[in-house]
Amino acid sequence: MADLDNFRAEVGEWLDANAPQSLRGVQVTAERGGTWGGRRATFEPPDMKPWLQMCIEKGWTAPSWPSEYGGGGLSSEAAKLLAGEMRKRRLPPPLTGFGLSMIGPTLLRYGTEEQKQQHIRKIVRGEIRWCQGYSEPDAGSDLASIQTRAVRDGDDFILNGQKVWTSYGDLSDWIFALVRTDPKVKKQEGITFILIDMETPGVSVRPIKLISGKSPFCETYFDDVRVPVKNVIAEINGGWTVAKALLRDERSMIADVFGSVADTGKQRKPGSMLANLARQYLGGADGTMLSDPVLRDEIARCELDDKAFALTVQRTRDAAKAGHQSGPESSIFKVYATELNKRRSELMVDIAGPEGLGWEGTGFDKDELARTRGWLRARGNSIEGGTSEVQLNIIAKHVLGLPD
Amino acid sequence: MQLLLTEDQELLAKTAADFVAKQSPVSRFRELRDSDDPLGFSRSLWKQMAELGWVGIPFPEEFGGAGLGLSELAVILEALGRNLAPEPFISTVLLAGQALLLGGSDAQKKRWIEPVAAGDAFLALAYQEVRGRYDLHRIRTRAERNGDGWRITGEKRHVIDGGAADALIVAARTTGDVSDADGITLLLVEAGAKGLTLERQRRVDSRGAALVKLEAVEVGADAVVGVEGQGGALLEDAIDRATVGLCAEMLGAMSACFERTLEYLKQREQFGVPIGSFQALKHRSAEMYIEIELSRSTMMAAARAVDAGTDDARKLISLAKARCSDALILISNEGVQMHGGIGMTDEHDIGFYMKRARVAATTFGDAAWHRDRWARLSGY
Repeated sequence: MADLDNFRAEVGEWLDANAPQSLRGVQVTAERGGTWGGRRATFEPPDMKPWLQMCIEKGWTAPSWPSEYGGGGLSSEAAKLLAGEMRKRRLPPPLTGFGLSMIGPTLLRYGTEEQKQQHIRKIVRGEIRWCQGYSEPDAGSDLASIQTRAVRDGDDFILNGQKVWTSYGDLSDWIFALVRTDPKVKKQEGITFILIDMETPGVSVRPIKLISGKSPFCETYFDDVRVPVKNVIAEINGGWTVAKALLRDERSMIADVFGSVADTGKQRKPGSMLANLARQYLGGADGTMLSDPVLRDEIARCELDDKAFALTVQRTRDAAKAGHQSGPESSIFKVYATELNKRRSELMVDIAGPEGLGWEGTGFDKDELARTRGWLRARGNSIEGGTSEVQLNIIAKHVLGLPD
Repeated sequence: MQLLLTEDQELLAKTAADFVAKQSPVSRFRELRDSDDPLGFSRSLWKQMAELGWVGIPFPEEFGGAGLGLSELAVILEALGRNLAPEPFISTVLLAGQALLLGGSDAQKKRWIEPVAAGDAFLALAYQEVRGRYDLHRIRTRAERNGDGWRITGEKRHVIDGGAADALIVAARTTGDVSDADGITLLLVEAGAKGLTLERQRRVDSRGAALVKLEAVEVGADAVVGVEGQGGALLEDAIDRATVGLCAEMLGAMSACFERTLEYLKQREQFGVPIGSFQALKHRSAEMYIEIELSRSTMMAAARAVDAGTDDARKLISLAKARCSDALILISNEGVQMHGGIGMTDEHDIGFYMKRARVAATTFGDAAWHRDRWARLSGY
């Protein structure tokens, strides 16, 4: 305990002395802010670059990963303290991305020593940006029916097929993908998890424009792409197990993102964010009742759900800290957090009334336009990473034991 | 604040679960209802619960209590709620017991809390009036000066377990108009006082409730609980604590109702397969499960906030009541629907949960009322 207190004090002092002041309050969202690393890395604001560099040297981009691969080698308690000290100073994470949140943990669990040596350090240092090749045009919720073929040719596989919904595929350096290596067996048993350098000849990427006007996703095509067999993670035809584990990590990451929105919502500004917003459109002095009783009830309902969810996340963490076994909660969190985020986004547009209708240009302020685009983007939250319906199926089967 | 049961609380939960399973299956509640038991619960079982130390949980040791808090009492109430056990924790220990504990004189505490904690006395809080809905200040019952003491006239309704009470705490108006926040005084009236009559109110959940008439009931100066004219705040504090207890009971009821429904979905076959294999029912079941998990978090947070005396306790209580009310109504409605025809029969227990849900959701303010209070407390 004393060690942890010392550690906390040291971290605090170091951050106060070294972390760039300009970064305080910088919000990293999926679409802007911070840095995602990679060969085409961007830094927003520019001080993210030295911040990343100094954190790499401390091992703080991946604080709890083993130090032999460039991680911080910290215990999970110490890593939480570190994150807490950064949050307290409103510092953004030095590095964001699927390397840290998805493929890194998978490699640490399933990778060979050679694979770990090849990739982990580059992930930790933000040198390689990763994307995920899971869904296909005919394999969405039914992910196990993927058709991208990998045919053995000596020490290589030859890949042909198409992936879709590849997040930031156009900005990424490597892709981790599910491919079909055996079409004759049960569909889950002929899938292989493989890593592919996006610069390999035959890989091409095309961005998809969404209803929000943005293009966070791509289609990725494989046309006679030659990939070494040594890039397979775990067994050939054993990819489904790896895929499921990674999906659980992804879902808890999604839930964490929205959970932390719920957690910090009240700290950004005093009072209720939604009520303050409504005040701008409905008027009325602070502390008086909002003049639209129905909207007021919807705001209260949304806040209650937010708080109930944040408390549930906390309860699960408290139980985990006490060493209680955790169940498949990530399914509960993913479905609840994303459905709630959709409702919240929609409510914020409702609150603005006609001012919520802007697409771009004059007559709307920047925040109004961002909220409207945000609402359109949020509709995808309950589709990506497993639809809400799939999550409910998982709860019904694995938690409630209802029959197939 | 940790949202986790301590080892002691885990142990208490286990003891309570075993006790309730053995001593109070739902069939016992059915017998009480069928026999038209005027008390609505069992005095001997109450005495046993007192001997186990449960009744005294939230009272200080100097009055024979255990000096624990709502977090512990919630564990007991959840266990009772599972099997719809109607023992009078909400009325005696929480509503009236907490009003005395928070506002009573030493003499009042000594006179009443000790026998309550021992399981020998029962109390009730008479505050609601006709068509008052959830407004605590809507009080027409008047108490006028009568020498040193008071003379009370009025009518109270929905007095929980009123028929069993050895004494009632009556909310009366000593000054001001109906709905004024000021001018409310809480007065202790012993059962058998001249001018006091109780009639049983039969409500859908078959639990004890009374209509109380006070016709020039005379009490002494020492009957005032708390500060004369400022009983409104004390009333709200006592009801807040009872609300947390009720949420724990509701959590137990929704969990048990859901488990019974789930069991039925696995066992009942139609079209040659268990009906639980149908996705229409699976998704609704999964949503109910989520609601129970969220309700549990809110109830635990509210109990711990009251025990720790934190500033956000009142908001967290409204959060818990709003969510537990909505969740229990949903889960008991779905319970009946998913049981199909048999769920509509009196013979089946599932309907008891739906009836209790309606009463519990309405008691101390329904979900919409608590959302309104949350908004008021949040400044909008």
